[in-house]
Amino acid sequence: MLLTSFALAALAIALAWPVPILLARASWPDRAPGTALVIWQSIALAGGLSMIGAMLTFGLVPFGDNLVAGLHRFGLSLANATLPPGAMFLQMFALSGAVLLSIHLLLSLVTTFVRTERLRRRHRALVTLLSNPMPSQPGTRLIEHAAPVAYCLPGTTRSVTVLSAGLVSLLDDAQLRAVIAHERAHALQRHHLVLLSFRAWRGALPWFPIATRAQGAVALLVEMLADDHARREVTDATLGQSIALVASTAGDGATTAGDGELPAGFDPLDPLAAAGPTATRRIARLSAGSRGLSAPARALAFAFAAGLLAIPTVLLVWPALV
Amino acid sequence: MATLGDLERSVMDVLWDRDAALSANDLRDALSAQLAATTVLTVLSRLENKGFVTRDRDSRPHLYRAATTRADHMAELMHEVLGTAPDREAVLARFVGQVAPGEAAALRRLLDGK
Repeated sequence: MLLTSFALAALAIALAWPVPILLARASWPDRAPGTALVIWQSIALAGGLSMIGAMLTFGLVPFGDNLVAGLHRFGLSLANATLPPGAMFLQMFALSGAVLLSIHLLLSLVTTFVRTERLRRRHRALVTLLSNPMPSQPGTRLIEHAAPVAYCLPGTTRSVTVLSAGLVSLLDDAQLRAVIAHERAHALQRHHLVLLSFRAWRGALPWFPIATRAQGAVALLVEMLADDHARREVTDATLGQSIALVASTAGDGATTAGDGELPAGFDPLDPLAAAGPTATRRIARLSAGSRGLSAPARALAFAFAAGLLAIPTVLLVWPALV
Repeated sequence: MATLGDLERSVMDVLWDRDAALSANDLRDALSAQLAATTVLTVLSRLENKGFVTRDRDSRPHLYRAATTRADHMAELMHEVLGTAPDREAVLARFVGQVAPGEAAALRRLLDGK
């Protein structure tokens, strides 16, 4: 059991640092954002599982040779309020740590979900009062504001695409179609749920820079996935122009930022800001054409993602089965 | 068929445009759609619950007034959209989100060059 615990700890460290750094620096995710998104999710899940599993198995060493036997004896010990001989404080700390971390991660997910729902409900009420439905586009609403913005407002039953008057006057019809197709893809593919879980992960571990990095990377991948969906309806050039036009207006307004200065509304703490010049990256991959990953490379990536999840699971469960 | 949301918007439009305290009957007369008085009251109490409308309960009949101006609400909405709302996490993903320093200028040059 001690060996299992060390193996899980080693995996947890690998998934907390070198693996996500390598993935964040790699360039292939631009070509296969969906595959990269799967890997990010398995890193987060396997990382949490191995971290909790390492503490749990370390703490259960005096109670049994495997997880099931250890948990069983731990339950009996707890009922009798007696520790088995050889139990150390350090092991009890590890057990408490495993329980607290599990509760902390779950609570963070729940509170992030509840807070997000509350903010969205308020936002939806505001949008209802301040926007008009666009007759030409079902499920689309127009707000009278000069800043060119478009976003998807996810809903439990029906999602809404919100466009601003500034955006409509900036783009031509084809470019507008590209934006709407992009935003519809977010709703269709339920991207807000992926973004929510990564935001919760970061909220639970605010001192952990990799969580911020993961959130930024995932936010960008989700945009690329929506871009790929929009490419089915409009040409790559049209979509690229819409991104360039909207991004180039950033910082316009009361104060125009020069080079080197921060554009208005730029928040260096935003995870997407940590991902660098994202609009430029999205345009670059569009003009590079739709060269996806080869089938073997994709299969390898999925095998890697499945393996990441399988290793901690097998390490935890296998000793109890043999 | 007008939805509840449409009704809420037209009631708020009247309250914002008149900028005065109105009774439910005043509002019903001002609205173009023929509505039952109870419908107007339902819409008003929904708007009150959401904090968009304040009700003067001392007057008879009760008078309703917009809690703040349309511009204030628009500013609140745009702060959330642009992710500049203080101590609020960004829960909305824009078509183009954060633009890195210098990126907008570089893209402008690119667009002008074409």
